Amino acid sequence: MALPQAKLTATEERLASLVMPEAGCTRKAREAALARVREMGLPGRRDEYWKYTRPDTLISAEAPSAALFHTDEPMMFHEFDRLKIVFIDGVFSPEESDDLSMEGVKIDRLEDICCKDIHWAKELYGVLEARGQSPVQRPLAALNTAFASDGVAIHVTGKPSKPISLIYRHASETSDAILHHIIRVESGAEVTILENGPAASRFNKCIEIDIADGGTLHHIRAQGRDHQRRAATHMFTRMGQESIYKSFTLTVNGVLTRNEQVIELTGDDAVAHVAGACVGDGDFHHDDTVFVTHDAVNCESRQVFKKVLRNGATGVFQGKILVKEGAQKTDGYQISQSLLLDDDSQFLAKPELEIYADDVACSHGSTSGAIDETALFYLRSRGVPSREATDMLTLAFLAEAVEEIEDEALAEVIVSRLQDWLARRS
Amino acid sequence: MLEIKNLHVKLEEEDKEILKGVDLTVEAGKVHAIMGPNGSGKSTLSYVLSGRDGYEVTNGSASLDGEDLLEMEPEERAAAGVFLAFQYPVEIPGVGNMTFLRTAVNAQRKARGQEELSAADFLKEVRTKAKALKIDADMLKRSVNVGFSGGEKKRNEILQMAMLEPKMCILDETDSGLDVDAMKLVAEGVNALRDEGRGFLVITHYQRLLDHIKPDVVHIMADGRIVKTGGPELALEVEHNGYADILAEVN
Ligand SMILES: Nc1ncnc2c1ncn2[C@@H]1O[C@H](COP(=O)(O)OP(=O)(O)O)[C@@H](O)[C@H]1O
Ligand SMILES: [Mg+2]
Repeated sequence: MALPQAKLTATEERLASLVMPEAGCTRKAREAALARVREMGLPGRRDEYWKYTRPDTLISAEAPSAALFHTDEPMMFHEFDRLKIVFIDGVFSPEESDDLSMEGVKIDRLEDICCKDIHWAKELYGVLEARGQSPVQRPLAALNTAFASDGVAIHVTGKPSKPISLIYRHASETSDAILHHIIRVESGAEVTILENGPAASRFNKCIEIDIADGGTLHHIRAQGRDHQRRAATHMFTRMGQESIYKSFTLTVNGVLTRNEQVIELTGDDAVAHVAGACVGDGDFHHDDTVFVTHDAVNCESRQVFKKVLRNGATGVFQGKILVKEGAQKTDGYQISQSLLLDDDSQFLAKPELEIYADDVACSHGSTSGAIDETALFYLRSRGVPSREATDMLTLAFLAEAVEEIEDEALAEVIVSRLQDWLARRS
Repeated sequence: MLEIKNLHVKLEEEDKEILKGVDLTVEAGKVHAIMGPNGSGKSTLSYVLSGRDGYEVTNGSASLDGEDLLEMEPEERAAAGVFLAFQYPVEIPGVGNMTFLRTAVNAQRKARGQEELSAADFLKEVRTKAKALKIDADMLKRSVNVGFSGGEKKRNEILQMAMLEPKMCILDETDSGLDVDAMKLVAEGVNALRDEGRGFLVITHYQRLLDHIKPDVVHIMADGRIVKTGGPELALEVEHNGYADILAEVN
């Protein structure tokens, strides 16, 4: 079907501003992805999936500029022993990065794998993204596959001794970065991936994750700082038997963030948890869009998203659990909640369940509310000042999401960042 | 110590007067009990004294040691020494009981210009006081009042009172929902705090609690007023004859 003229024009304008990198082994995948983009067209304001988030600035030919934020605060995760992989405005920096060799994992820059002939990478790059285009289209992910200018391929074969830390630095006020990573976790292997940093003025990032039977991947991400930055991110995760995927995202600041997670449980007894805590102020707009597909028996999935909004901030949640025919004994849970610290802020939620198996336990809930006045009075009646009591209740509200982080030290760091945000209140 | 004069209170949202001129003075070292039928305004009085929103004082005053309570924020009243053991203690998921206690104790110390309690001293004190109330380590670790039984919630209120050592303790139906053993524990907790510098206002429906916490003065409240004041024998009279006789006599 032909695209509407406005969409066609917007799409072609954006495509005209991009150049497909010379990339050996991903070339075919990139060309196929470009064809997908042309067929779908880039997201428009009338698209159902973009009802709550305006895609305009994510698809414009030029990235809107974003001021650099300067702070003396040390970078997120600085206190952890980790293998650092640094990108500046979306370009890999060998100088800033650590030596990429570590036992239990093989890390290559995307452009290097193209010269070698790495089988798993060929079978992953663009593959999960393409699968993830149905039943809902995600054109920005296809655009990413086609034009990603950098990224890494991470092949986890054992249990690396430290987390792999992807650091995205922002150096130019007009940078427009497209990164694409692929991660393959082999059977029985286990890895922790950390991500942080504003990345660029506009950031389009895609990660495809393939977890083999019995593999485990922990993902902790912090999006913060430079408030004017914009980001559209996708994570496509395919999970084998008894595999485990646990992802947590903290978002503090940002005029526009859309985080999509597309998870497919294809092996029996797999466990997927995705959680997010976001706190936003003023012209903050944050969108979590999650799609979990159960396509195997006895799998568990949890979605826990909490948003604290004030001074007119907007939070969006679109979450779906799809249980396919035969995916019996599915245990699916989804909760999305917002705490509105004033009347100007808003939370827009679209929770969905679609179930084609009969022996499943799925629940979902979505709420939006203010601070509990009764609890606030109770704390104050014990002598806790109003502001401190409000902060305690705010952190308590976020606790269910933060508790999804298994590593206590990491959870502590996340909580302290949340406390910093609360302390910065005007 | 606590002086309430001609206190008139209406609901903020509605034109409904609930307290219609309450006069009450609690001296340091004394235990006053307030009894009265449901809906007579006992909880309202306790909330107004501790500073809950939703009420409007239209006339009268309330002060503690000469300080005007009605002008203060709830946390200031707490620091000044007011404590309310809630009729319905509030559940706060996500806030640990221990964290809550320590924050409260230290916030009050700070407000009074005292140094914060060290973690070790605090722990020692909580453990001793919790043990006396048969509150186990698990209850201290859990979220405030979440998953607590009715009796556990009430004991937790008394633990907070014991830790905060307030000047003026207001107990709103702390006996309701307690079995005899739990009531004894609570009464022991309260009696342990009785001393010359501290006043108590014990709101209760039943004489039972007053067998364990011996009051000096008993007030009967009805329709937003103190309608009768007497000694401990007044509580016994209520126990035997209900409120009907007293109310008839007053009217
Ligand atoms: N927030 C409120 N909204 C509506 N009515 C209230 C409120 N608080 C108290 N009342 C009313 O005021 C009266 C006194 O209530 P309360 O103080 O709880 O009495 P008691 O504790 O003696 O049973 C009752 O009629 C009650 O319904
Ligand atoms: Mg009452």
